[in-house]
Amino acid sequence: MAETKKALTDRIWDFFCSLKLAIIVVLLLALTSIIGTIILQNGSPADYVREYGQANYELFKKLQFTDMYHSTWFIGILALFGLNLTCCSIEKFPRVWKFVKEPILVAGSGIFKGSANRAEFSCKDSKQQVAEKLSTLLEKEFAKTTLTEKDGKFYIFAQKGIYSRFGAYLTHLSILIIMAGAVIGNIWGYKAFVNIVEGSSIDTVRTFNNNESINLDFTVRCDDFDVSYYPGGNRPKDYNSDLVILENGQEIIHKRIEVNDPLTYKGIKFYQSSYGPAGNAFFKVRVTENATGEVAELKAHQGKHVQLAGGYSFSVTNFAEDDRNFGPAIQLHVNSPDGKHGAPFVVWQNHPQLDSKRAGIFTFVLLGHDQPFYTGLQVAKDPGVNVVWAGCFLIVFGSLTAFFFSHKRIWICLQDDGKNTTVLLAGNAHRNQPGFSLAFDDLQQKIEATAKNQSPKKEG
Amino acid sequence: MDSGQLFNLTTIAYFAAMVLFFAYIATKNKTVALIATLASLAGFLIQTTALGLRWYESYQILGADGRAPLTNLYESVVFFAWSILLIYLLMDWKYKQRTIGAFVLPIALFSMLWAQMSLHSSIDPLIPALQSNWLTYHVITCFLGYAGFAVAFGVSVMYLLKIGKEEKHQGDKPMGGILGMFPPTKILDDMNYKAIMIGFPLLTLGIITGAAWAYYAWGTYWSWDPKETWSLIVWFLYAAFLHARFTRGWVGRRAAWLSVFGFAATLFCYLGVNLVLSGLHSYGSG
Ligand code: HEM
Repeated sequence: MAETKKALTDRIWDFFCSLKLAIIVVLLLALTSIIGTIILQNGSPADYVREYGQANYELFKKLQFTDMYHSTWFIGILALFGLNLTCCSIEKFPRVWKFVKEPILVAGSGIFKGSANRAEFSCKDSKQQVAEKLSTLLEKEFAKTTLTEKDGKFYIFAQKGIYSRFGAYLTHLSILIIMAGAVIGNIWGYKAFVNIVEGSSIDTVRTFNNNESINLDFTVRCDDFDVSYYPGGNRPKDYNSDLVILENGQEIIHKRIEVNDPLTYKGIKFYQSSYGPAGNAFFKVRVTENATGEVAELKAHQGKHVQLAGGYSFSVTNFAEDDRNFGPAIQLHVNSPDGKHGAPFVVWQNHPQLDSKRAGIFTFVLLGHDQPFYTGLQVAKDPGVNVVWAGCFLIVFGSLTAFFFSHKRIWICLQDDGKNTTVLLAGNAHRNQPGFSLAFDDLQQKIEATAKNQSPKKEG
Repeated sequence: MDSGQLFNLTTIAYFAAMVLFFAYIATKNKTVALIATLASLAGFLIQTTALGLRWYESYQILGADGRAPLTNLYESVVFFAWSILLIYLLMDWKYKQRTIGAFVLPIALFSMLWAQMSLHSSIDPLIPALQSNWLTYHVITCFLGYAGFAVAFGVSVMYLLKIGKEEKHQGDKPMGGILGMFPPTKILDDMNYKAIMIGFPLLTLGIITGAAWAYYAWGTYWSWDPKETWSLIVWFLYAAFLHARFTRGWVGRRAAWLSVFGFAATLFCYLGVNLVLSGLHSYGSG
């Protein structure tokens, strides 16, 4: 009973450690990810019904295809991926650690017979002399050596780049770190937005996901918003907002943010993301009452009546940036005190004298118009982002180590029969065998020449 | 001389190199191979100059708003060709397998032809979101990665063409004919792996720099938009390739097919997402 139980847990463990599973999971992630790039994500029900029909929409909802990257099943595959990675690393790590703790100082005949890179020759010097010469040579040409004597034979061992064995582990660990960072961000962070009209302040923002209101424990004010365009068109070149952070009425930070340059305060970042008109444009008009010569400067919103002296009022009904090539103009009418509409007329900003020719009760001059804007900010708090960056840094480092370096080892065995010394030589690299073979051949020539007291050049 | 003319010269050089590589396979004449390699190198140097010149021209046209020539579809396709040549020339220097050129240069040549014949080449000012140094790092790393996969693809096609015949081929005599000119399948297999090994870390960097850019521009390093998702799909595919190779011994035919698939996914990530799916990326508007 106890035995079968153990076998079962073993089997489960083996399942999660399996590399076959890793390849399947990775391919499964790749395949299922495609769905979300084809089917609209996070759209409104109406979008789906229009696009795919009611029946398909029901199906998509059931399969969680409408927000698939956050669906239970997709998160499940990601979790399986993480679990697989963790188990696999735990399982394989002791083997790699063994390379560090217990290098094979004394190579068995398996290594000398089975290595792809090996050689055997004999020479006249005693094994002590040869060992000394070869150790010096290897230290100069390859790496630090260890000499061991066993059963009357001398064994020389040298290795290089053992750290590269850890490259794969570092890579896998970084993936787990990145995933952990993402989880932290999802649990303790949020993504929100807020629109601030120029000149006003806010202290709450709304999340994208569920439109939930979040209280900041400070106030953000937008003093000014600007958008500039590239010459000769309406391609925006830059837009930026002057933001002020206030706490207890105190101005803490002033910053002009723009796209790609956010403001950060208390771990919360404010990104310039959009803008738009806030309310109607208003017009600045100078009105002269012709009878009295009295002058007033007034602000008028389009469509709203503005009071004038003596019970009269006026309303701007239309605006043109460029009216018949005369420049900006408004159309307006004056109401008499009993509420009767007067005839509409036009006032051009660039021709301030013209309206006096109309000879009405009031004379109007258009001084200018202004459009207040709101600035659209994305607000993000992500306490996991530095964890993600750390993981990203490590993954680059780890995969470079894993790919471009290899653990190289050289073994030599010296045995003498009183007259001659037999030299056995073997070498191994855990990656990039062809590259190592070339280096090994070169080293082998030098070793042979040194042992035989020849100069390597003559070997030819 | 403006950069457009230099790009024309580049295209001509790549065309000449490709024809010469074909001629080399047909004639087995080593001198032809050398001239073909020199033509590719010349094209590459001319293109490098042209890219620098276009960068300079952007300052003349846009004043202080000048930028590295890596911002629209035209510029990216041209840079793709340049990256392919860079990786190809490095591999050629290391392996000296001249016939590879016949299968890699057509990809670069086709890119250049497409860019010059049907893409919009004017130097336009950038919308605010694209005004970021991260964009430059992102494009360079991604495209060098793609180029590694492109070279791996060319080599894999050669492998798949050769392996069937080689298995049927009897005896110790070396294979004759055109396929006999191809490098030994063992070397092709190794080159496939090496090119992917160059491409994979670069793609990793490309995804990371893209995430950093998104973070500074929009506040989210990952939002599962189609372009991001497809780059992850490509990354997963090549990760599977590497694991299958290292630990399950998937070499040869299966590795070559995975490389072909991987490159198809890469092309889809690069072009398909914009031309077929819609997304947030800038190249869509090119
Ligand atoms: C997609 C994400 C992954 C990436 C980028 C990745 C990356 C790598 C790299 C760079 C290597 C080094 C290859 C070598 O040293 O020979 C490697 C090896 C390996 N990976 Fe992954 N890996 C990923 C996912 C996984 C998963 C999910 C597992 C889970 C089982 C796994 C298990 C292994 C194993 C067992 C090795 C061999 C280690 C060795 O022989 O030293 N990998 N991986």
